[in-house]
Amino acid sequence: MTDPVLQISGAGMRLRGRDLWQGLDLDLAPGEFVAVLGPSGSGKTTLLRAILGLQRLTEGRIRVAGRPVRRGNRRVGYIPQQRPFPLGTSMRARDLVALGVNGTRFGAPIPRPGDRARVDALLAAVGASRYADDPVGSLSGGEQQRLRVGQALADQPPLLLCDEPLSSLDLRNQRAVTHIIDEQRRETGAGVLFVTHDINPVLGSVDRILYIAGGRFRLGTPDEVLRSDVLTDLYGSPVEVVRTGGRLLVAGVPEGEPHHPHHDHDHDDDSEGGF
Amino acid sequence: MGIAIRPALSWSDVFSFEDYGELLVLMRNPLIAAIALGIVGGLIGVFIMQRDMAFAVHGISELSFAGAALALLVGGSVVFGSLAGAIVAALIIGLLGARARDRNSIVGVLMPFGLGLGILFLSLYEGRSANRFSLLTGQIVAVGDTDLAWLLGISAVVFVGLIVVWNPLRFDSLDPQSAEARGLPVQGLSLVFMLLLGAIVAAAVHIIGALLVMALLVTPAAAAMRIAHGPVAVPLLSAAFGLVSAAGGILLAIAGTLPVSPYITTISFAIYLVCRIVAWRRDRVVASRRTRAEAH
Repeated sequence: MTDPVLQISGAGMRLRGRDLWQGLDLDLAPGEFVAVLGPSGSGKTTLLRAILGLQRLTEGRIRVAGRPVRRGNRRVGYIPQQRPFPLGTSMRARDLVALGVNGTRFGAPIPRPGDRARVDALLAAVGASRYADDPVGSLSGGEQQRLRVGQALADQPPLLLCDEPLSSLDLRNQRAVTHIIDEQRRETGAGVLFVTHDINPVLGSVDRILYIAGGRFRLGTPDEVLRSDVLTDLYGSPVEVVRTGGRLLVAGVPEGEPHHPHHDHDHDDDSEGGF
Repeated sequence: MGIAIRPALSWSDVFSFEDYGELLVLMRNPLIAAIALGIVGGLIGVFIMQRDMAFAVHGISELSFAGAALALLVGGSVVFGSLAGAIVAALIIGLLGARARDRNSIVGVLMPFGLGLGILFLSLYEGRSANRFSLLTGQIVAVGDTDLAWLLGISAVVFVGLIVVWNPLRFDSLDPQSAEARGLPVQGLSLVFMLLLGAIVAAAVHIIGALLVMALLVTPAAAAMRIAHGPVAVPLLSAAFGLVSAAGGILLAIAGTLPVSPYITTISFAIYLVCRIVAWRRDRVVASRRTRAEAH
């Protein structure tokens, strides 16, 4: 058994007097794909922030690749939610990817030998070579999101954190971005923790699901977690899981999840710290 | 016959190259200051645009004006006064206005307050009246040796400061979520940026006046971003545009009797206009190429 890339043990998070989750245990094996589901405000994004070392746990501990979490850990790649770059943003596609390579270097901004080759390789890995020199503002949401994936892969991190990377993408691009992430974990053995409100685009790749709701959580395979009785118990009110036409629908979730047209609301559980 | 209508403004007021050499010697200090400020202003302008802080620049400049006016009133150093005012404003905006919406409202509140305060100090001031409006619209002619040293010092500090934080600041400006996730000290970076911005605004108030600082801090970068996108091309072009505007404005002003500021603002605006037209023409070509490519 290989060592887990992410170990969460007995973790609890209290934010503004409210328990988001408690007693959270999760071992993420290399190459494993775990989806994190749950309604808005259940603390999914906060969990990612805790793993990034941006938010302190109230209790318990988190280890990444065997070491305690810390800010700026190069062993963690982070793929944020797609927020479109406006037209006229002074950045080319390759520059967005290059920020993963040189963005944290203080001092004179002189490129190092090999930087360009690294960026080219990352662009190729996410299928973005064709539009590498186009301004990001002129690219579609799906194209921009591939670049964000490329940026996150810059240091070949053994752990990939994805925070709703598919939201606001169309079905084709959802598949494409999922495929890139899936391929990456198979090739490099990176563990993937994937926060999403819709399980369907990643259902084919998911090994386990962490479902957080109402301060509690369930962890298990999709068949173990995505069941009417399990979710009814988790939410404390009747919830129905329906499988239809190869898609999985969760009906009756109290807070109106999974539909949340305004994506910023999903980050309401964060403090003022950005995001 | 015989009634000669003399225009209020003749061409020799705008351009006249008599005694140009002698005047150039007299304008040596302002020219050096303008060159430094044009370059550094163009560079920081790229970040101002990327961080969407053009309006904040205006707010900082009004408080800088108030500081300078107070210094004039109490007989202190005007450069120091404007520097103090600008830094205070930059820190207030940086600390209270982390989000764009908060920031705009804070700037909107600070701006008239600063301007009003400055006008109050000026109206209490009984010195030469020529100094009064020059703080608002530029007083480049009056750059003494001490002032020049200050302005060059400020420009150098801001230049070095920008170089030190260049890449992380770019990361935070363009992709703040990922920058924070990668562990960059985003709040510290933003504070450093505000301090550098306050310093360069104070210097710009001296050259071109509080009301017109945008012509050197915002317009060159806005123009550069129209025609370029790369991480090297944009700052280089922006610095070049700033340099041409500032130094070109002074060189032209020497030939006329008008103040320096309108020359600088006109040049920088003309550059912006040309860049827009160039970008518009190019985008039309690119758009039609893309449409054709997608049709296949």
